[in-house]
Amino acid sequence: MLECKNLRKTYFRKTAVDNISLELEEGKIYALLGPNGSGKTTFMKMVAGLVKPTQGTISYKNQQIGVNSKKEVAYMSTEPYFYNYMTVEDVGKYYADFFEDFDMSAYRELVDEMELDMQTRVNKLSTGMMAKVKLAATLARKAKLYLLDEPLNGIDLLTREKIVTAILKAAGEDCTIVISSHLVEELESFIDGAIFIKNGCNVMVGDAEEMREIQGKSIVDMYKEIYA
Amino acid sequence: MEYENNIPIYLQVMNRIKKDMIQGKLPMGAKLPSTRDMAVQYHINPNTAGRIYKEMEQQNMCYTKRGLGTFVTEDATVFAAMKEAMAEEVLETFIKEMKDLGYSKDEVMSVIEKRYERETD
Repeated sequence: MLECKNLRKTYFRKTAVDNISLELEEGKIYALLGPNGSGKTTFMKMVAGLVKPTQGTISYKNQQIGVNSKKEVAYMSTEPYFYNYMTVEDVGKYYADFFEDFDMSAYRELVDEMELDMQTRVNKLSTGMMAKVKLAATLARKAKLYLLDEPLNGIDLLTREKIVTAILKAAGEDCTIVISSHLVEELESFIDGAIFIKNGCNVMVGDAEEMREIQGKSIVDMYKEIYA
Repeated sequence: MEYENNIPIYLQVMNRIKKDMIQGKLPMGAKLPSTRDMAVQYHINPNTAGRIYKEMEQQNMCYTKRGLGTFVTEDATVFAAMKEAMAEEVLETFIKEMKDLGYSKDEVMSVIEKRYERETD
């Protein structure tokens, strides 16, 4: 459903992404792994259509990234992007204005499951609560491709469980999910495959379960091999 | 549940389900969760959950009633065979570990005897 060929992004003299080529299959969950500054966020932003590649091509369902792809691609960034005066409920309304596929009742349900209050003001939220609001807003879109940038970073164990549950509830045959993280262990049990980024280039593992079965190797083992 | 990273997830979950069946947490004829619910419950990939049901059906551990869902088998011989196979696995690792420690068969037997005596006291 998504195909990237020789993607490259440079900012002046700095190379953020050097050469990424990969193909993602529909209905699968991928981990996007790599240390800080390896190009994970830049890659996601290019797929989301927020940043233009310097070189290379991205095609989403055989079309270029643009208005049509943005309707089906939901990107959750690491930085918060809500105004301080907003309540959790306002965040939902704000999203509903932006995205046709946003489902307010799904948002309410997610907010409820994550034990948040619709009336809390965004600037009163803790880091963990903010992470949950961002995720609820993103998953309440009926998107075909979810790009979640660091949804588990800096989150306590119990909140992490809630976040993983919400992600798995959103997963399905017709939607694809990409999750970036440093916490490889947290993702190991439920990802189909992994994309490792190192120095702006990528290594791809298509089938994690097959790798465990045939080579007796885990994604964690691969991570250590690649970045050691 | 906690997972071992380098063992296929579907095997780990299947073993857990087998144990639940043998221990009566999932008795004969009990309804099993849908593929999606299983994925959420065990924090596994929905595709892996699908595979688990395929494998379990192949081993006659469960059956599907159209439109109603999947249920634990009501065949007692399947339960007995499963129990025996799991015991076999436990024994195999146990014997191997004891051999590695240098225990002979007689020593192993006497250790087991003593241990059981202590437990029943």
